[in-house]
Amino acid sequence: MTGSPHDSLIHGLAADLKPVRRLPAPMLRALSWLSVVAAMALGLAVFANVHAMWERITAAPDMWLAVVGSTATAILASIAAFELSMPDARRAWAWLPLPGAVLWVAASGFGCLRAWVLPETHVAVLNEARDCLVFIVSLSVPLSALMLLMLRRACPLQPGLTAAIAGLAVAAAAATLLNFFHPYDAAATDLTVHVVAVALVVIANRALGGRIFAAKVFVPADVTGGRVRPN
Amino acid sequence: MSGQALQPNVIPPCKECALHPAPFPGMAIVSHHARRLMITAEPQFRSSDDTRRSAQMAAAQAGDRGAYEALLRDCVPLIKAIAGRQGVPPDRTDDVVQDVLLTIHRARQTYDPARSFTAWLRVLTERRAIDLLRRTRRHDSRELHVPLAFESYPDDHADPARGIESADASGRVNEALSGLPPRQREAVEALVLKEQSLTEAAAATRRTKVALKVNLHRALKALRQKLERREWTP
Repeated sequence: MTGSPHDSLIHGLAADLKPVRRLPAPMLRALSWLSVVAAMALGLAVFANVHAMWERITAAPDMWLAVVGSTATAILASIAAFELSMPDARRAWAWLPLPGAVLWVAASGFGCLRAWVLPETHVAVLNEARDCLVFIVSLSVPLSALMLLMLRRACPLQPGLTAAIAGLAVAAAAATLLNFFHPYDAAATDLTVHVVAVALVVIANRALGGRIFAAKVFVPADVTGGRVRPN
Repeated sequence: MSGQALQPNVIPPCKECALHPAPFPGMAIVSHHARRLMITAEPQFRSSDDTRRSAQMAAAQAGDRGAYEALLRDCVPLIKAIAGRQGVPPDRTDDVVQDVLLTIHRARQTYDPARSFTAWLRVLTERRAIDLLRRTRRHDSRELHVPLAFESYPDDHADPARGIESADASGRVNEALSGLPPRQREAVEALVLKEQSLTEAAAATRRTKVALKVNLHRALKALRQKLERREWTP
């Protein structure tokens, strides 16, 4: 097949070929990211009053259901993100975190509707709610960076969707870890701040991740960049 | 409908339990049989071509350039066929081919040789084709196809004498070009006039790429000076 317009590209690609290690299964990669989150949780548990947290969470069903929901969302969304990062992944993986997310939103929303406030907790005022926002966003930065770098090793052909689901996993993980330092009962202000924080993280991931994945990784200089255009 | 057409779907009797499997999946109540029916589903579609491509890709993952180059050449007609089915116009097929070849290169560590290479390639091509179609549609939506506009809106600056002028100018360029040292002229001819890439030009002229670049740079500088001088002193 001489004279094909793709000959020089194929030649360039073959010349650039280096041995690669096959990527582990998406599930295993998700597990390694989750283990970093778990390590962070252990680290935070050292500083937090775990006993008080346990009392607070077990005081009402919607409190622990919300924690279960956010944990499930983090796990399912990270699996979905790593699956979606494979170039031949089905779009349907994006639905995987839905059950966790529904539970999380429903339980948190139910907390707001509850007529009475749990003993020994108080409803967060706006100032304290702002701390939640700062906590979620600042914890999300290292988690997002790690996640996007790990996802980039695969080749996501649906960059926007992959990055958005990754953002959901990160935000859910950060919201779960927030429970260590969250002596407030669910209330409208607090919930709004959480929703805003999660939305911020998802949008930021989508915007950044899309760009990171779309960055050109291979441009063989001899093939496309070799032409000289004098002006 | 001959009996032969159905041949590939006939499942041989199970070796483990020496019983014929159910004639159709609905009757496969025993879980062992049911599982067997599902497992045999994929390999039935794996042709010898596909198995060969999988092996070539596995070799490419290990760094075998020969196998990789052969595989990529083998992929080109496949990509063209899939892109065509996806609705990519023939004049844009080569763009999809290039995109997919680059994607294969970028994603080669994600391929699992236990799975069908052709199916993997098909998904990659379909995604790249959709990307290209979206780009083209966006581009087309900003452009108008108005064949009569060329006649309705004549160019005010059109000048019949421009042809003569440009011929004159190209004559001057040719003259200036012929006054260059041979190596510089060679660089200009290969890289600018023949539009060769540096690699091609280096192979054709047997000079190094750096030497070609340096010669081209010097030639352009000399040409610029010559032509400018000519303009000032007619």
